[in-house]
Amino acid sequence: MTDREQSTGIAVDSAEVKHARKRYRAERRFRMYGVAAIAAAAGMLALLVISIVATGWTAFYQHSIALDVTFEAKVIDPKGGRDPSVLARADYRKLARASLRKLFPDVKKRGDKRKLYGLLSIGVDQQLAELVAADPSLIGQTRRVEIYASDDVDSFLKGFIDREAPESDRRIKDKEIAWLDKLETDGAITSHLNLRFWTKGDSREPELAGFWGAMVGSFLTLLVTLALSFPVGVLAATYLEEFAPKNRWTDIIEVSINNLAAVPSIVFGLLGLAVFLNFFGLPRSAPLVGGMVLALMTLPTIIIASRSALKAVPPSIREAAFGVGASELQVVTHHVVPLALPGILTGAIIGMARALGETAPLLMIGMVAFIVDIPGSVTDPATVMPVQIYLWADSPERAFVARTSAGVMALLGFLMLMNALAVILRKRFERRW
Amino acid sequence: MQIWLILGVILLLAAYGYQRGKGGALAAVSGDASQLHSLPSYHGAYVALWAAIPALIACVIWLSAEHQIIEALVVSGLSAESQALEPQRLALLMSDIRNLSSGDIVRADPSLEVQAAAARYTELASISLYAKFAVIAALSAICLFFAKKRIAGQFRARNRVERIVRYIMIAASVIAILTTIGLVLSLLFEAWRFFLRVPFHDFLFGTHWSPQTAIRADQVGASGSFGAIPIFAGTLLITLIAMLIAVPLGLFSAIYMSEYASPRARGAIKPLLEVLAGVPTVVYGLFAALTVGPYVRGFGESFGIDASSESALAAGLVMGVMIIPFVSSLSDDVINAVPQTLRDGSYALGATQSETIRQVVLPAALPGIVGAVLLAVSRAIGETMIVVMAAGLAANLTANPFEAVTTVTVQIVTLLVGDQEFDSSKTLAAFALGLVLFFVTLALNIIALKVVRKYREKYD
Repeated sequence: MTDREQSTGIAVDSAEVKHARKRYRAERRFRMYGVAAIAAAAGMLALLVISIVATGWTAFYQHSIALDVTFEAKVIDPKGGRDPSVLARADYRKLARASLRKLFPDVKKRGDKRKLYGLLSIGVDQQLAELVAADPSLIGQTRRVEIYASDDVDSFLKGFIDREAPESDRRIKDKEIAWLDKLETDGAITSHLNLRFWTKGDSREPELAGFWGAMVGSFLTLLVTLALSFPVGVLAATYLEEFAPKNRWTDIIEVSINNLAAVPSIVFGLLGLAVFLNFFGLPRSAPLVGGMVLALMTLPTIIIASRSALKAVPPSIREAAFGVGASELQVVTHHVVPLALPGILTGAIIGMARALGETAPLLMIGMVAFIVDIPGSVTDPATVMPVQIYLWADSPERAFVARTSAGVMALLGFLMLMNALAVILRKRFERRW
Repeated sequence: MQIWLILGVILLLAAYGYQRGKGGALAAVSGDASQLHSLPSYHGAYVALWAAIPALIACVIWLSAEHQIIEALVVSGLSAESQALEPQRLALLMSDIRNLSSGDIVRADPSLEVQAAAARYTELASISLYAKFAVIAALSAICLFFAKKRIAGQFRARNRVERIVRYIMIAASVIAILTTIGLVLSLLFEAWRFFLRVPFHDFLFGTHWSPQTAIRADQVGASGSFGAIPIFAGTLLITLIAMLIAVPLGLFSAIYMSEYASPRARGAIKPLLEVLAGVPTVVYGLFAALTVGPYVRGFGESFGIDASSESALAAGLVMGVMIIPFVSSLSDDVINAVPQTLRDGSYALGATQSETIRQVVLPAALPGIVGAVLLAVSRAIGETMIVVMAAGLAANLTANPFEAVTTVTVQIVTLLVGDQEFDSSKTLAAFALGLVLFFVTLALNIIALKVVRKYREKYD
């Protein structure tokens, strides 16, 4: 007889103890299910972040090939007038090709030559043209210029293309590898930060494609969204919470706000297409229309958040203000709304963050166009960050995969910033009564 | 650009009106503000509001009607044969005219008639611009003048301003109703045009979906058939997979959070799950297409199943992950709302914690959980980017999760993206699908909210 049996009078192997043990095992199992569910959710989140970062980080640097380019006057500016429009249209590709031929004089066959030229990015002419436009005195001189490598070469240098794979499976053939190895031993291949990504618009060539155009587009779109949805949302919330009588009309308003909050975002895109584009004839692909659609979508979020912030202001504040003779509107504008403002702003930022990540309604109003230029106003054609990600994800080139993930990282960075702002606002300014 | 100029002019006039109103009120009582009924700033605000609001309303009306009126005028100036063109041809002609007038590239050499119309268009647009400026500025100035005339010592400026502000607030609240009406009307109108071409029951009960309509009558295999059953089936399949992931994971997370976790653990888990809800759907779509899709395909192949890389399973799995936080946070709320006395009663009878949860708490919270699941289902049905990027386009009528299926939202996107024309059955079909989507999600939400509300009342 053990101590336990003595104290309880129940045998260790009795049916009751066995039953109790079974129940405790079930208890532990049940608890484990909960832990497992949370772990699974967290694991998926971690997997998502890891897969994005693992594919995307290589897009933040880029390889260039340094060449001694002779800026021959007779190619660039045969007449010698230094006319900018002539300078801009000159055949700069020829110059880059000449310096490549000088490096590899034994490449003679036409097919080989084409491969050799293919090491450089298609955008080489643009790159040299920009140099000359900035400093026309370059003409006639020889300068060492770092020229962007083509996307396949860049992928190879980053180690995505396996040297050992059979040649037919490789985008980079043996000859090209030999040339690149020679360039490498000459120290002509450099790797540097990918500044284009943060400063340029979209391009068909992955090595030239930038995210800045989409960032500006997102900024303009959100500006329109904020300018429309914030005042309207706060006014509507204040009316419904502080002034509205309880009648059928206000009931209808409340029901429609709650329903709008649950309507799938793509339906707002259909509304934008049918009403803003076809009925009012507003321009396609414009941040103005995108912002208006997103404003309608964000409005319920802001109204609901503002109402709960207003509700949290205790009645004593209102009574005190009434007591010193304030009118109804003065009570609200001088006391209630300022006290509720941190909560309202938090709700607005969260609504804006959702609008920033929204894609589907913008596809409907034509913000999926291929746009190279940086938009300058809300009526210029533009695209936004999530749509740019969607467009790149659809591109067949291998090098766009990394850029897509890099774009995702940029987008997530902005979202984290906005959410952090909301958390700080809530922590620092929200009062508890 | 012009819009900023107009707004600037209105703002300047309003600021001027504010100064005049304030000054006028003080002048009316020879500087003794205590003689006024309202503070001087209310007098100023009264004049400023009158200077700004009618002008702004006129500006909005003008801007929204301008486009149609100019087009109508240009069309009426065209030759009789051009006016007799079908609407689509006429729209093409108009877009040529517009492009020519704005200096964009035109498709072909414009005819004399088009050139004349473009000149007329440019002329009308510039007349409209100047007239708009003149009318709005004049309206603002006139209203300012009359408002200023009313300023007097005993003028009840505060009450007036407050009434105006209240009307503005009501107008802001009505926008929500207008949006709903706009949504329903635009969907109904376009869907009605679609159902004039395709019979209602063919759309709702047909089993063959191929929206490509023939451009020429002699083309083969492109007759266009709009049986939406495969699309609805695909949507349901993906939603079902998503729910199979999201409901158990979300529910168990909620149970653990509300019943077992310490306040500190809860404070860490809740934001973690909310991060899942905050990730943009395009990122989930990329994740599904890039990481999960190939993995599912490899998994299928290792069992000898011929899996498509755009499988329903990949899209459903990722969508399920996205939905977890909706299920968990709503369930968490309803579980927390179950009164502690029910749990205490159960413990007093000797039940363990898990037995209490399973036999007391969950049955009590069941209506709320059902409501949460319904809301999650409506989320899943309306979700677009994940399925656009990871599910296919082919309208297969299948229950095999390894095959590619298509959904309502995918079809809406593919039917409308990149299509400028707006009269074919193909583009109108997207609105019919949108209408179905709108009403299904609306019904789910209304039912879910009813269920949740009823349940809340029970324990309040």
